[in-house]
Amino acid sequence: METLRYFLPQCWFIILALFLLLYVMLDGFDLGVGILSLTSSDEERRGILMTSLSNIWDANETWLVLMGGSLFGAFPLAYGTILSALYIPIFIMVFGFIFRGVAFEFREQANRKFFWNIAFGTGSFAAALGQGFALGAVLSGISVDQAGHFIGGTWDWLTWQSVLVALTLIQGYVLIGSTYLIWKTSGELQEIHYGTAKLAAWTTLIGAVFITVSTPIFYESARARLFEPPLVYIFAAIPFVGVFLIAQLLRSLNRKEDRAPFVWTILLFVFTFLGLGLIVFPYIIPTQITIYEAAADPSSLVIMIIFIGFLIPVMLFYNLYQYIVFRGKVSGGQYGE
Amino acid sequence: MDFLSDTVVLSRMQFAVTAIFHILWPVLTTGMGIYLVIVEGLWLKTKNPDYYLHARFWSKFYVLNFGIGVATGIPMEFQFGTNWAPFSEAVGNFFGSVIGFEASWAFMLEAAFLGIMLFGWERVNPAIHFMSTILVAVGANLSTVFILIANSWMQTPAGVELVNGKFVVTDYFRALFNPFWLNSVSHMFFATLETSLFVIGGISAWYILNRRHEAFFAKSFKIVLAAAIAVAPFQIYLGHTSGEQVQHYQPSKLAAMEAQWETTPAGQPADWSVIAIPNDKAEKNDFEVTIPNALGYILEFRKELTRPVIGLKDIKSDERPHAVGLIYYAFRTMIAIGFFLAALMGLTVVQWLRGKLSTDAIADQKWLMRIWLFSAPLGYVAVESGWIVRCVGRQPWSVYGQIRTADSVSNVPASNVLTSLLGFTAVYALLLIATLYFGSRIVRKGPDLGLPIPGTEVTKPAIDTSPGEFVPDERPVEAQQ
Ligand code: HDD
Ligand code: HEM
Ligand code: HEM
Repeated sequence: METLRYFLPQCWFIILALFLLLYVMLDGFDLGVGILSLTSSDEERRGILMTSLSNIWDANETWLVLMGGSLFGAFPLAYGTILSALYIPIFIMVFGFIFRGVAFEFREQANRKFFWNIAFGTGSFAAALGQGFALGAVLSGISVDQAGHFIGGTWDWLTWQSVLVALTLIQGYVLIGSTYLIWKTSGELQEIHYGTAKLAAWTTLIGAVFITVSTPIFYESARARLFEPPLVYIFAAIPFVGVFLIAQLLRSLNRKEDRAPFVWTILLFVFTFLGLGLIVFPYIIPTQITIYEAAADPSSLVIMIIFIGFLIPVMLFYNLYQYIVFRGKVSGGQYGE
Repeated sequence: MDFLSDTVVLSRMQFAVTAIFHILWPVLTTGMGIYLVIVEGLWLKTKNPDYYLHARFWSKFYVLNFGIGVATGIPMEFQFGTNWAPFSEAVGNFFGSVIGFEASWAFMLEAAFLGIMLFGWERVNPAIHFMSTILVAVGANLSTVFILIANSWMQTPAGVELVNGKFVVTDYFRALFNPFWLNSVSHMFFATLETSLFVIGGISAWYILNRRHEAFFAKSFKIVLAAAIAVAPFQIYLGHTSGEQVQHYQPSKLAAMEAQWETTPAGQPADWSVIAIPNDKAEKNDFEVTIPNALGYILEFRKELTRPVIGLKDIKSDERPHAVGLIYYAFRTMIAIGFFLAALMGLTVVQWLRGKLSTDAIADQKWLMRIWLFSAPLGYVAVESGWIVRCVGRQPWSVYGQIRTADSVSNVPASNVLTSLLGFTAVYALLLIATLYFGSRIVRKGPDLGLPIPGTEVTKPAIDTSPGEFVPDERPVEAQQ
């Protein structure tokens, strides 16, 4: 029974991390493409950008819905506390989603596309911004009482750290969006995004360095745990691997490779995420509430592992299947083979 | 204007506004999903290209609704955390996991296959395409099942125990299959189906009235009519059983639905009120028209009730809903629509049997077609009314008899909630207007009967031979209709 009390929340921590990682990578390029569309003055380019997403944006967003639902079920206390503490960033994100989601349908139908173009671009930007603020705020801590309920103020989430995280996350999304477009387009369009990818790679790097340097100073507990063997080796390796991956990414961009930039960016995301996970664990609300305190009843966690956990491979499979169906480059308004 | 600084009231208003708007879009995507399966199946079976063109035409409405259904659904999920944190914490063990099931079983399935259903016509073979259409419909309707299970459990919280303010699940399957689930899922399933049928029927009637593609739309009209023969009467029956379950499990809601202030003991007949002006302060109806002894027949098909109907006066004031008039009239609106739609179906079937709906004669049925057109939005009205009965009638509880709505609200400043409430109201009103506007444009434009039929090898030239004004369409070829 005791082991279950630890094992089950840890399982769910990993599953939720997986959902969040999948979300950040998949909807990351999705939102990144949306943000990039703001830089386009050309209707045709914008059209191609949106076409490259039309069949998958919804599935990508669903990973967030899934992660939200699972968080609700697995760590109810965290769900209520985090979301009510982050009321404003969450609604910035939600309204962003509304605008960009409906823009897909309405732009398609409209004669005058201007309004919906703006809705798509700014909606994507707002969604990314809200997420960045939320992530930043969770990392820098939420004030809670003994029972784990939020007791801070409405604007607690707005700190220089959360601004830094938000800006970096947006850069990261632009980076992954650019490399996705390099993969899915050709010709002039692809050329443009080699440029945006390179720029975003540098800005993301700068943001990441700032965050990494400032992190252990801020997290007493993280420091205690991370600077002790064996974790210190993993933790120390992360910056090196990160630098290596960025170097590979820049090299593949310079060589104008087709798919490699996307793959390297994905690996970068995975590594960053691993680092974050190590810092946060075993907290669900960093340095206040552990996953064990916030977890749902063991019986619920077991049921959820049965009914959701076993579905993960199936969900991955049919998502993959649809990428296979729609493989190939998008050009001049259609998919080529 | 006290309520402007009351987080409880504002959060309730926000939930009501977002739910009432959200449900407008999924109704069509769940119900019409099934219709799309039917026409695509008919096409594969009969090889009649008309059915293929039907699938392509109606799926335009499907996409239009789908995206907005998703966009308005995401705020619903997050609201449980942002605005109802204590509720989330209390019910998380069960309710939270059901929301998780909905996402993994239903939403993911629907989202992943929707792309293939919409843009995959020429990328996958017909069998796989048909399977995708089926999976999309299954996914959409599974989300009805899960969300209605979650909501039914809020009405009849079974299989749980309240320990230190949190529900611990004692019997997971009793919680899932709580007393309300089956009937509520069925009633909602048929509600989305019936609404979609009358929307498709109404739009078809509009074309027939305007003498555009009568033969083509006579087909969809008849498919809809054939389905309505089963659906409309059955929905009335399910409505009846919904009333029965409310009588059994939620006496305070039943009393409000019927505006009954005095208790009627078992073994006695009770009157059914048709029109009333309920007065919550005076605890009586200011004015009332009743049908003697009818309530017993309505609830139990017999004159004398075997179970008492508790009057509102006999329930503690803080344990019963106070918006009696709203609940009472919402309930009657739904019933009126239920019977009206069934009657319209009956009348139309009579005309059909008399041969008046044949392709050349159908356009002469001017009045009938006008009534169908008028009936297109009625299903939505019934759905909204039903939800008002269900959710407002549950008050003051968020989990019936266990957790009060007032104790379920997050600790956030009222000004935040007011801002988000105003934001939602404005944005959703815009979305509704845009949906109606673009929907009516799809209708006016009409079906593209010149679309190449897959498997008939004329696919290529159809695109190159359209000179003149070239408007670049950036979607995959498959999406241009
Ligand atoms: C096309 C839609 C539609 C139609 C024609 C009807 N209903 Fe309905 N009704 C719904 C759509 C709906 C709904 C929106 O689907 C509700 C709300 C929640 C639910 O489970 O079903 C509902 C709820 C609902 C409830 C409340 C259940 C509860 O609070 O738990 C009752 C008692 C009825 N209905 C009864 C009827 C009767 C007697 C009808 C016909 C004569 C009828 N409904 C027609
Ligand atoms: C299964 C889905 C649903 C769930 C879980 C649900 C749950 C809730 C919750 C948590 C509240 C706020 C707390 C409360 O006032 O009790 C609420 C209120 C409300 N909901 Fe539902 N709801 C659902 C679907 C709907 C739908 C689809 C509609 C309408 C179309 C609706 C209409 C309302 C209304 C009108 C209120 C306000 C009631 C009041 O405050 O007096 N609900 N519901
Ligand atoms: C208050 C309760 C509700 C919540 C929390 C909720 C939540 C959501 C969410 C998060 C989405 C987006 C899913 C995605 O990303 O694909 C969504 C869409 C959807 N909702 Fe709701 N919903 C509620 C009420 C309802 C009800 C009562 C129905 C019943 C018919 C329903 C049916 C659907 C369907 C079918 C979709 C898929 C989108 C579509 O097909 O248009 N929802 N909902």
